[in-house]
Amino acid sequence: MIVNEQVAVDHGLKKDEYSKICELLKRTPNITELGIFSAMWNEHCSYKSSRLHLKKLPTKGKKVIQGPGENAGVIDIEDNDAIVFKIESHNHPSFIEPYQGAATGVGGIMRDVFTMGARPIANLNSIHFGSPQHKKTKNLIRGVVHGIGGYGNCMGVPTIAGQTSFDSSYNGNILVNAMTLGLVKKDKIFYSKAAGLNKPVIYVGSKTGRDGIHGASMASASFDEKIEEKKPTVQVGDPFTEKLLLEACLELMVEDSIIAIQDMGAAGLTSSSIEMASKGNLGIEINLNKVPCREAKMTPYEIMLSESQERMLIVLENGKEGQAKKIFDKWNLDFAVIGKTTKSKKIELYFDEEKVADIPVNTLVENSPMYDRKWKKTKLPKKNRIKKEDTKHLKIIDVLKKILANPNVCSKEWIWQQYDHTVMGDTIQKPGGDAGVVRVHGTDKAVAAAVDSSAVYCWAHPLTGGKQVVCESFRNLISVGAKPIAITNCLNFGSPENEENMGEFVECVQGIGEASEYLKFPVVSGNVSFYNQTKEKGIKPTPAIGGVGLIRDYKNMITMEFKEFDNLVLVIGKTEGHIDQSLFARTILDEKNGPPPEVNLFNEKNNGETLLKLIDNNLIKSAHDVSLGGIITAVAKMCIKGKKGINIKKPKYLINEIEYFFAEDQGRYIIEINKKDFKKVADILNKNAVHFDELGTIIKNELYINDKTKVAIDELSTTNKNWFNNYMSK
Amino acid sequence: MKSSVITFPGSNCDRDMHVALKKFGFKNKMVWHADTELPKSDLVVLPGGFSYGDYLRCGSMASKSKIMQSVINFANSGGMVLGICNGFQILVETGLVTGVLLRNKYLEFICKNVFVKINDKQNNYFKNVDSEVLELHIAHNEGNYFCTNDQLKEIEDNNQIAINYCSENGEIEDQFNPNGSTKNIAGIFNKHKNVLGMMPHPERMIDKSLSGEDGSLFFKNLINNLK
Repeated sequence: MIVNEQVAVDHGLKKDEYSKICELLKRTPNITELGIFSAMWNEHCSYKSSRLHLKKLPTKGKKVIQGPGENAGVIDIEDNDAIVFKIESHNHPSFIEPYQGAATGVGGIMRDVFTMGARPIANLNSIHFGSPQHKKTKNLIRGVVHGIGGYGNCMGVPTIAGQTSFDSSYNGNILVNAMTLGLVKKDKIFYSKAAGLNKPVIYVGSKTGRDGIHGASMASASFDEKIEEKKPTVQVGDPFTEKLLLEACLELMVEDSIIAIQDMGAAGLTSSSIEMASKGNLGIEINLNKVPCREAKMTPYEIMLSESQERMLIVLENGKEGQAKKIFDKWNLDFAVIGKTTKSKKIELYFDEEKVADIPVNTLVENSPMYDRKWKKTKLPKKNRIKKEDTKHLKIIDVLKKILANPNVCSKEWIWQQYDHTVMGDTIQKPGGDAGVVRVHGTDKAVAAAVDSSAVYCWAHPLTGGKQVVCESFRNLISVGAKPIAITNCLNFGSPENEENMGEFVECVQGIGEASEYLKFPVVSGNVSFYNQTKEKGIKPTPAIGGVGLIRDYKNMITMEFKEFDNLVLVIGKTEGHIDQSLFARTILDEKNGPPPEVNLFNEKNNGETLLKLIDNNLIKSAHDVSLGGIITAVAKMCIKGKKGINIKKPKYLINEIEYFFAEDQGRYIIEINKKDFKKVADILNKNAVHFDELGTIIKNELYINDKTKVAIDELSTTNKNWFNNYMSK
Repeated sequence: MKSSVITFPGSNCDRDMHVALKKFGFKNKMVWHADTELPKSDLVVLPGGFSYGDYLRCGSMASKSKIMQSVINFANSGGMVLGICNGFQILVETGLVTGVLLRNKYLEFICKNVFVKINDKQNNYFKNVDSEVLELHIAHNEGNYFCTNDQLKEIEDNNQIAINYCSENGEIEDQFNPNGSTKNIAGIFNKHKNVLGMMPHPERMIDKSLSGEDGSLFFKNLINNLK
């Protein structure tokens, strides 16, 4: 096939990008080379629109062993233990083929983690669907949930937490973000940087097929009517092979024979070989005839661009091939020496004794395009004045019931019961709480993880929204008694070529950066997913933040269910009555304008750290952060989980009941304490200048408000649980 | 007491079982599916997981692996063989216990705590368990036990039903059946009650920080009965 500008454009390259390629090579690329450039230079692999902005994120900290740039981030959890973690998107494939798209998303992120030598110990996910009424939504949910479960369950890794939301902006572009945590010894971490000349380059895992060719390019484009035609670009997962690959890799890693290892994810053999060479400042020579293929007569182009799953590329020490092969034979996996490292600093491919590609590595990586896209700032919207007559007919209990049955608040048990969340025998906090918690096997330590996003806040004001998501992650970890350590982010946005979408990205990233800097909660890994849009319409900006924290002694973990009658319930943090962009405003008043709640980083840090102090002093019986639906929703959930009631009184503030109970002001938690500890707790809170309200006392079975209105907890529980079950069974 | 846990390609509860057996005093060995000889054992466990990816039919390929001939011989000579979840599926495929395990009634994987009622205590697994009802954990996609009417009559006549799904108070009713299994069956014995296949995972319930502690009851009792 003759390569020209049109062929390049068909590969998703821009005309000027094509001329740059010809200039760098000083000739016209052949079709295999063009395929390689298109795979490396697309948005998904090159981060060409985002790199400039991502650089501003804080990525360093005392506990950070490895920041962005590797397969995943690594943090220190003491005693020579480290946690490897990352979140990644698989949005485009999941919309086209929900089961396989979601499954391979989970498979891909687990590979990123065990590539570094870590055994995966927990999975999380953040999934976002269109309006429940949209005709595709139900099938997409079913497919995605089955896919996530199908892969994770088979791997034997517990899925411990997640987030599910609905918004019509995802009607044509659902989001599927998968996160994995792995455990590794600090001195046994493996990296992807190749080193040394003439070292054997090894291919292990599944055979290469024709699936997923140009998957990364598909993920770098918007959708249109013809999207169904892209089905062949979705990869097909085989979790069984991945389980074998995991065990085989970890077995090989016990020895010191691996120099570098990289999983074949997006852009398959192309990006894995090039990344290893680039990081090692070396060349790589590959004989494509040696690559194990599933199908006959695959061309070099197809072999290089296939995104077949469950494959790894390894640079091995000389002479260790035999020993390594034995391990992969034992696990019935393909093992082939396909090439070697060279000093050429080029990627050189041979097929049928002919050289089919010859590209300097730096042209693919360092010289890949980087754009300073135009972007538009979002002004802080004006506050709405909620008129008394709009709310005076509302009864708090009725509103509460509506909110508990809201798709974004209701219980997601239907989903997480389909995920094995207890395998490995260390899950001490299951899905449905503020964060999932797993013990570090055989120790007293435990690791907490949560994933959050607040698309509505980010849409209303990206800068504030970006900050808020990081803070919410911080709060979720603190609510279970964990000290927050670091985050991973999955940045889901519309087209970077649209100034508004690009502006949302830039300002969300700025917000994330400011909050993570202030809270000393650095970003250690992440992923950008642009072009989540159909035709001209992008999704609401949806950065998902995966936070990880440490609990020194798992016996001190906190859960959210109310524990004992007669205990006192307090609200930590000040309630100002911010209603704009709250669930109450959007669903009850149908008011979609106004600014999101303000984020005060000082209060956020101070309130959170003070709560950790209370937890350290064994003063907290249960805790839950206040988010969607405000104080009363948080309290109702604690009642439902603990099967207990509460008698609450609104403190004598200037704001009215509606504002007090449904406002979504930030930096707040609900805590349960023993009455006899009240003075101690109040002293610590006062000493640290943390505002608190005495909200009420735990009683049996009912929720009382100001001694007058009441509702049975069973009724709230049914309301909260039924929505999802009813929706899915209809 | 010596135990052996078989690891098949795709087993994923083998480590959890190893941890549980060790915790309650067994000297446990991990045995690879391609081995032909079983180490000397008082108990052999086929653990949960997705042996051979559940491809073809759950448990079917594992039932043909090399080690299984030794396990079958061991069982036939009266040795204690316990199959949990995928291990149960492997046992039905070998024919050591009667019946088949179909896909769950609602076609969904289920991971949650359930209650089971012990139907028969005249065996080394449940003899002396100080409780009629246990709270255990299930995590499976194919746990819907099924057998023919003749087979059912036979296992009922021989008292081969080990445990049934039930309420917290031990009522065996449809609403407490998580997967549609015949007669709420959660586990069955072979004729001599030395082989037990069950869907619930006692190894996930051995610590009060986990889902519960009734698994501890099961293992403590098991090792005492074998002594």
